[in-house]
Amino acid sequence: MTTVANIALVLVSLAGLLAVGRLAAGPGALDRVVALDALVTLTVVGAVLGTLARSDTTTGYVLVVLSLLGFVGSIASARLIERREDMR
Amino acid sequence: MTDVVLDVVSAVLILAGAGFCLLSGIGLVRFPDTVSRLHAASKAQTLGVLLVVLGAVLQTPAGKAPSLLLIALFSLLTAPVTGHIVARIAYRTDAVERRRVVLDELATRLVDEHSPDDRRRDGGEPDDRRPDDREPPSPR
Repeated sequence: MTTVANIALVLVSLAGLLAVGRLAAGPGALDRVVALDALVTLTVVGAVLGTLARSDTTTGYVLVVLSLLGFVGSIASARLIERREDMR
Repeated sequence: MTDVVLDVVSAVLILAGAGFCLLSGIGLVRFPDTVSRLHAASKAQTLGVLLVVLGAVLQTPAGKAPSLLLIALFSLLTAPVTGHIVARIAYRTDAVERRRVVLDELATRLVDEHSPDDRRRDGGEPDDRRPDDREPPSPR
């Protein structure tokens, strides 16, 4: 199971690198919001896989908080972008 | 015996979920505009998380499973909300590439809904004219 979790961890890390690439390149602010949201999700998935690989379950509810924070953050920044566009 | 079956099932689930995450990362880089990137990113947020968490739940002792299941539940609840709001703002701030859109039902809908509003905002005068427009047919 450890090897499976490590292989999956490599795949998720590659996806995270691609998301960071979009975060750096993304032409609009909304692209960056989408990339950041995906990055938070990938972080949560990676942490779950990490607990599985090392078979310690101390992270637990921290990941729940992290995913909820990612949700609130992307909603807030999207609304901020909307308001900024309205000002123009 | 059941341990082996459980291991195989959770390995398949975890690898499939990680594969979905990688696919959504590739889509995030390759797709042309914000809305299609949103479509790619939401694959990781729903299927990727769900499959990996299910695979991990099969491997963890029963006492530790609730936090993992909460992660899956919250990501299932929040991904559609984020997607909806970001897509709506992308449409309104013209982040959608119009020439790639095959069918835009919202545009005609918005025109239909906005035209009466615009008439009312002009001081209500066109609203007074409307019954006049309707009157000529009735005497005939």
